[in-house]
Amino acid sequence: MKQAISNNARTLALFAIGCTALVSGVHWLTKDTIKNQEELQLLKTLHQVIDQNRFNNNLTQDCKFITDSQLLGSNEQQTAYIARLDEQATTVAITSVAPDGYNGKIKLLVALNVDGSLSGVRVINHQETPGLGDKIEIRKSDWIEDFVGKTVSEDNESRWAVKKDGGMFDQFTGATITPRAVVKAVKNTSLFFEKNQDTLLTNSGSCRGNNDGA
Amino acid sequence: MTERNEYKELTWQGLWKNNPGLVQLLGLCPLLAVTTTLTNALGLGVATLLVLVCSNATVSLIRHLVPKEVRIPIFVLIIAAFVTCVQLIMNAYTFGLYQSLGIFLPLIVTNCAIIGRAEAYASKNPIKQASFDGFMMGLGFMLVLAALGAIREILGQGTLFDGADLLLGDWASVLRIEVFHFDSKFLLAILPPGAFIAMGFLIAAKNAIDAKLEKKQAKQTETKTIERVRVNFDA
Repeated sequence: MKQAISNNARTLALFAIGCTALVSGVHWLTKDTIKNQEELQLLKTLHQVIDQNRFNNNLTQDCKFITDSQLLGSNEQQTAYIARLDEQATTVAITSVAPDGYNGKIKLLVALNVDGSLSGVRVINHQETPGLGDKIEIRKSDWIEDFVGKTVSEDNESRWAVKKDGGMFDQFTGATITPRAVVKAVKNTSLFFEKNQDTLLTNSGSCRGNNDGA
Repeated sequence: MTERNEYKELTWQGLWKNNPGLVQLLGLCPLLAVTTTLTNALGLGVATLLVLVCSNATVSLIRHLVPKEVRIPIFVLIIAAFVTCVQLIMNAYTFGLYQSLGIFLPLIVTNCAIIGRAEAYASKNPIKQASFDGFMMGLGFMLVLAALGAIREILGQGTLFDGADLLLGDWASVLRIEVFHFDSKFLLAILPPGAFIAMGFLIAAKNAIDAKLEKKQAKQTETKTIERVRVNFDA
């Protein structure tokens, strides 16, 4: 009896070790490619929201962790990527969350010029209804480009809403909750930027650790 | 000769008679959730096929080493390991597709078609037949996925191979075919209820073909008997 148990346990342990070894091997082989892919993807999105002529630094390295459960929509740490042209900050791209999407959280990347105007917005991740709410994706519709050039100020704050609520942004047929959530999140991110502009731009520090030796 | 017959039988079983998607109805969750486009369907199909071949081969290879009492956890371990490997590889080399398949890649572990084949076939047969069985079962599953994906994509978006570049690289974006154009999409086809309905029609079509084949065969044997009777009569 005891013999059988220990034999089985040994076999099981051996297979567990073997399988773990296989997975770690593949992980080790693909680790760098995956990291590159992720960085490439991020860089691609960053390039979409920030004008190429407005920076010459390494965007993915010049970044900073920020948290603001109110304005950035999540208790989790968000990242701000700072675009600089000859050391002078020009644009900041902030990841933020629209917590009140139709189907959960919508993750956004909001890029703001230093004067507070929007340089671009992209949806990074969402679970909205295909065919209705997913028009927030640039692949499906150019709705998200409506934000470009707009600024949140005291006299137009009430216009930062969908048209159904008396605002200036289109809603989608059959989906109002999704664009409403995105508009609100973009507005809040702009307010966050206004409030924290100085600390965001002045002390530069990398969120990636010291991997470039600096 | 018998071996050849065995492979023929395995092909027939996997692709038609015992198709994991249409007959065994295994792995319905990814089947229905992922098949919104042909590209996604093919991506998941290839991933499942890969895992199925690898797991069947490994299970068959170790079938004499594994005590009967702990075989299931060991099979699960092996399948999970292969799924993780496929997931890592897809993450590294087909990043876009990896993102659009999302949660359904790790769910291959729970696809009962895989553990089902490991238990029912691979654990009792030599490695060559087991790998072949895995390949055919996986191919059968992939074909159902692809059929369902194509139907839903055409009905829902009016396109075929939308986003093929995610799977095959940038050159593949030329594969995209706009079958017809809608102003708004046909939502039912994209959402899960549409998947169930399309799946129902696929199964019905398969059953109808089977029934027809059977009838034909019955008729053939009938005419044969009549012939024989006539021969007997002449004699």
